[in-house]
Parts: sequence; structure tokens; C-alpha cells
Amino acid sequence: MLATAENPVAASAGISARLLESMVRIRMVEEAIAAHYPEQQMRCPVHLSIGQEAASAGVCAALRPDDLAMSGHRSHAHYLGKGGDLPAMIAEIYGKATGCCQGRGGSMHLVDLKAGFVGAVPIVASTIPIATGLAFADRQLKRDRVTVAFLGEAATEEGVFHESVNFASLHQLPIVFVCENNLYSVYSPMSVRQPAHREVWQLAAGHGVVSHQGDGNDPLAVYALARAAAAHARSGQGPVFLELKTYRWREHCGAGFDNHIGYRTEAEYLAWRERDPIKNFERRLKASGEFDVLRHEQFKARVETEISDAFAAAQRAPFPAGASLMNHVYAAS
Amino acid sequence: MKPASRELTYAAAIREGFAVALERDPRVLLMGLGVPDPKGFFGTTTDLQKQFGADRVMDMPCAENGMSGVMLGAALNGLRPVLNHQRLDFAMLSMDPICTQAAKWSYMFGGTMKMPVVFRMILGRGWGQGPQHSQCLHSWFAHIPGLKVVMPTTPHDAKGLLIAAIEDDNPVVFIEHRWLHHIKGEVPAGHYTVPIGPARLARAGSDVTIVAFSYMVLEALEAAEKLAEHGIDAEVIDVRSLRPLDQSLLLASVAKTGRLVVADTGHSTAGMAAEIIAIASESAFGSLKAAPRRVCFPECPTPTSPTLSAEFYPRAGHIVAAVRTTLQRPPHDDDLLVPAGAELDKPNPAFTGPF
Ligand SMILES: Cc1ncc(C[n+]2csc(CCOP(=O)(O)OP(=O)(O)O)c2C)c(N)n1
Ligand SMILES: [Mg+2]
Repeated sequence: MLATAENPVAASAGISARLLESMVRIRMVEEAIAAHYPEQQMRCPVHLSIGQEAASAGVCAALRPDDLAMSGHRSHAHYLGKGGDLPAMIAEIYGKATGCCQGRGGSMHLVDLKAGFVGAVPIVASTIPIATGLAFADRQLKRDRVTVAFLGEAATEEGVFHESVNFASLHQLPIVFVCENNLYSVYSPMSVRQPAHREVWQLAAGHGVVSHQGDGNDPLAVYALARAAAAHARSGQGPVFLELKTYRWREHCGAGFDNHIGYRTEAEYLAWRERDPIKNFERRLKASGEFDVLRHEQFKARVETEISDAFAAAQRAPFPAGASLMNHVYAAS
Repeated sequence: MKPASRELTYAAAIREGFAVALERDPRVLLMGLGVPDPKGFFGTTTDLQKQFGADRVMDMPCAENGMSGVMLGAALNGLRPVLNHQRLDFAMLSMDPICTQAAKWSYMFGGTMKMPVVFRMILGRGWGQGPQHSQCLHSWFAHIPGLKVVMPTTPHDAKGLLIAAIEDDNPVVFIEHRWLHHIKGEVPAGHYTVPIGPARLARAGSDVTIVAFSYMVLEALEAAEKLAEHGIDAEVIDVRSLRPLDQSLLLASVAKTGRLVVADTGHSTAGMAAEIIAIASESAFGSLKAAPRRVCFPECPTPTSPTLSAEFYPRAGHIVAAVRTTLQRPPHDDDLLVPAGAELDKPNPAFTGPF
């Protein structure tokens, strides 16, 4: 499922260990980006997923390797969860020729077709109709693939969200809309964007789509919802919408923390840190005797090496040559 | 009595323009994602909500298309709204309300209604803004009869044109370049307007006319300094209003110099530089001593990588090289030289990311 040749999250492990390892790997990658970002060598905006790892881990564990996914500006976790190539992602953030977009995209434009990650773009909600189109083509071409559209809750405010969900519902398309509701759009709270008496998941329900709300910080709960959703979509019964409640720890864009600037309280942040998806899941696994300390330490050591290798390779890699500026404006035919 | 003048940054001048407009006219309303947020829209809206209240300075849902239409209805029904976009790219979602609705409203209803709305957009550049956060599509709006389109370069014009835009009874697209926000200049206190239409003579000269748009005016002035070292006296015109477009200053200048270089922060094909050259060709053909030149973006999307974006964006040196060509002078190797240690992807020296 999650495993690729390079990805140390082993497919053979039990689901709990896999979920934990997937989350830990995402967290370690994002922390490494945060640590290196002040060096000013990753010269593009970055939107980190720290605190929101369970959504990607749980959803991607429920997918087949040939299933598809798309995302938005905050896409590192989704790309990694789906099995996207880590060195190609880090090199892309460094603007290098070896990056997944050959340096043309940066952090906000990740792609790995081998892993079924068809693309992420930073215009809010713009990949939702495109993901719906992927599912439409799969349905037309009678493939039994499922597409996941990862989105933030602010994307549900855009018109294309509704146009896409309506179409997916109309044609019963094999797509799962995964909405990570982290309460904020940049510094704007839900209270200035959506009515308090209506939940996000109800929007999709209004379009006749099977919709659920779940704890986005509980990887097993996410996995259970996503498994059922993928099975539902794959069997031709139509789209599913999942609203996963979660919280972004760091600043909206960048590597630092921004609780001091006044749009949210330190107390709110600390309360959500208590709900750390990784720490809590680790604690649960320990309590149920499923936590293998040695295995976990070995895993973390392997990921640490994987990450430092990826950064070293990205830092060493050449920048794209200026003469290549005009490459790829049109597809070569 | 002439109002006192003092130095302000472009961002502070915009903020002051908003404060003046909000103060003078209770119908003025500011809307936009992040308008009241702690970062203050690059410092252009800081504390306006505190000063004027949450019902006049408002955040909104992430819904550019719908909210643009809502602003049109509000404008028809007694308000004078300004819809703010942190990037022009986000306003692309609302091309129908801006171009197909607002721009046509007065005409298609036979002048029975006014549409006093401002769409404010910021052009991104640098630090990996990339393909989707740095599009410069001002020529799209300038193409549409019924819209007015301004791109002020100086803090003085930013404030004066902003107030003029808000007081105008027509839809105005107000476009700022992110790299102008920290630029300082003399700004009169209190209320004043800069009329929408006339261009500005940024530098007088006799050998060549450089017509420039927005941030490229700064590059053109730098180019003029370099050219002066080589004994070439360049005139620089800051277009500042794309629609209506001031032909008289342009034509008078071309009649004087006989040579024309246009520097735009945008693509050349079907762009504003092409429009300027068309005007000069149609109305000053006899004065032209050499083929006009364009200094524009290459015909590819903005790349993210710093090496590619350094290659992508034209600089003062490109303008110098284009001027040499119009003067039939040989190119200089050092025109396009980048000084060692120069960071071409930062909006200002203090910038350290991330946005
Ligand atoms: C169409 C559009 N409008 C505005 C923006 C600016 N913007 C970038 S990220 C973002 C926040 C989106 O919030 P959400 O979808 O909840 O995702 P989160 O950042 O919380 O993960 C906004 C408004 C944009 N990129 N695209
Ligand atoms: Mg959010």
C-alpha cells in the first residue's frame, strides 16, 4: 500500500504500525524542512502539514497504489503519504533540476505520476474539478480506480467545489473528497467565512453525497472512514465526502510559529497540541501492547538517513540551466 | 492651503488612501481575504478595521467569483466597495463579474445605472511565487471597454489614484506590484486625487523614449542612469493608467526622440507594449527613426526556481540593451551582468520569505 522501493514505510507491517510510521515520516520530513528553511536556500513559500499528518496517513493507507490523488498548497503530507518520491520533492523545494517539476514549480506544485499523485497547485480549490475529471475518465474508461481530492475547508467556499461535487454526485463518480478542516484559512477563522449553524460536511450532503465527519487527528478513525469511502466509490455507488477535524501547528506559510500575531490564541494551540496525532497514537499502541519500541527506533533511524540523504542530494544538485527556461511550455509531440 | 507632504512607503500611502476614503464617505467598504488580518495585506490595510469597524472593513469567504458579483450588487445599491486580492491570480476566478458584468453595466442598460466598484490586485514576483502567484495579466483588463485600469508606480500616485478609483462611478481595476510596496516617496497628507488617464513624465530626455509600466518604471529609471553614463539621454514615461490610455504624452515624446522602447511587467504577445507601439506606429510613424523595441516577459509561465526566474525577469540592463539597438549601437557585454551576491528573487533587501 504505502510502500515503494524507496519508501521505508513497510507494506508488510500491521495497519497500526504502518499508520504510525507514515505519520512519523511526514512529521520528520516537515520538521527537517522547517529546520533548513531559515538558511534561505528553499526560496519559495512552504505550507507545512505538521499536526495534520493523520489525514494523509489514514486516507493513503486505504488506497491502492494505482489510485489517484490531487492536492492544494499544503500538499507535502499528501504527496508523501501517496508514495511520492522524497528526494524529488526536496529537490523541487530547493528549485533544482532534479526536482519533481525540474524546478519550475516549487513546494506548491508537487507531482509524482508513478505514485498516482497527479498534482498539487496553490490556487485554492482548483484541483477539485480536475480530480473530479480524473474520476470521470476512470468511470468512462471502466477502470476501477478511485481518486482522492485533498482540500482545506476554505476550498468548500469556492464555487468550483460545489460545481464539482454536484457533477460527481450526478454521475456517481469514483471520487473521495477529503477535507481537512483546520479551522483557519491563512489568518481568517471560520467565523468570518462560514455560518456557525452549518457543518462543512453538510455542504456535500446537500449535493446528495454520502458525507461523514471524523477526528482528523486519529489515524485509525481516518483509515476506517477512508476504507469505507474508497470501497463505496470503487463499487460504483458514487462519491464520498470526509470532513476531518484537525489543526495546523505552525504558521500558515513558512516554517515558524505565529500564535503571537493575534489571530488565534496560544491556549487554543496548546489544546490542539495535546491532541498530537502521533503522540496520542503512540500512547494508544503502547497501552494495547502493539508498540514495538525497537522497531520504531530503527524505523526513525532509517527515515533520518533517508531525509538527510534527500537534503544532501538536493543541496548538491544543479539548478536548472537558464537555457532550459523555455522547455515544456508546450508538450513535445 | 497646500496639504503637508512627507515621505511614506507605497504600502503606507495605499493605507492612507483607504483611510481618507473611508473617513470621507460612509458608503466606502473594504472587502477581501485577509483585509483585517494581522499582516495587514502587506501593510496596506493595517488597523483599518480597528479604526473604521468590522462592518466597513471585512474579511470574506474564500469565494472570489461569488464575492465579486456580490460587490457589484452592493455598488448598484448604494455602497462603494473595494474588493482586495493579494494576488491578481486569485481575481482570475472572477472574470465574469469583472469583465462580462461590471464592464458592461452602464452601456448595456443604456446608462440607467452606475457601477462604482474597485477591484484591487497585487502582482506577485520573486521567492518562488511561480506559475500561479505572479501572472501579470493587466493587459486582459485593459482590453475591456467599460473598465478603467490603473497601475501606479509612486506612493504619491498610489494614494491619489486609489482615491480617484474609489470616487469614480465606473468599475476600476487597481493593480499594484508587490515590489513597489517598500518604495518611499513624497505623499501629501489628507485628500487629493490623481486623475485616471494622464501618464506621468518620470524623467525628461531627448534621445530615446522609454515607456514603462508599474515596477518596470523603476528599472527604466535605472536604465536611464546607466545610459546617461554612455551619453544617451533617455526620457521615461510612467503610463500609470492603461485604460483610458494617455496618447498625447507618448506621441509628443516620440515626436521629440524618434526612438521608442517599451518595458512592461507582462508578456509581449497581445500585451500593453504592443499597444503602445501600435499607437506610436499609427500616429507618429513619420517621427520614428528606428524600429521600436519591447522589453517584456519571455513567452513562458513564471518558473519558481531562482535560476530560472532570474533568467525570466527583464531588468534595467535589458532596457539598456534595447535602447542601444534602437540607436544602432553595438551591445555591451556587461549590460546583462548580475553583480556578485545580488539576490534577484527578493522584493526588498529586508525580505526573508516566506510570502
Ligand atoms: C483562489 C485563491 N484565493 C486565495 C488564495 C490565498 N490562499 C492561499 S492558501 C489559503 C488558505 C486556504 O485555507 P484552507 O483551504 O482551509 O487550507 P489550509 O491552509 O488551512 O490548509 C488562501 C486563502 C489562493 N491561493 N487561491
Ligand atoms: Mg484551513
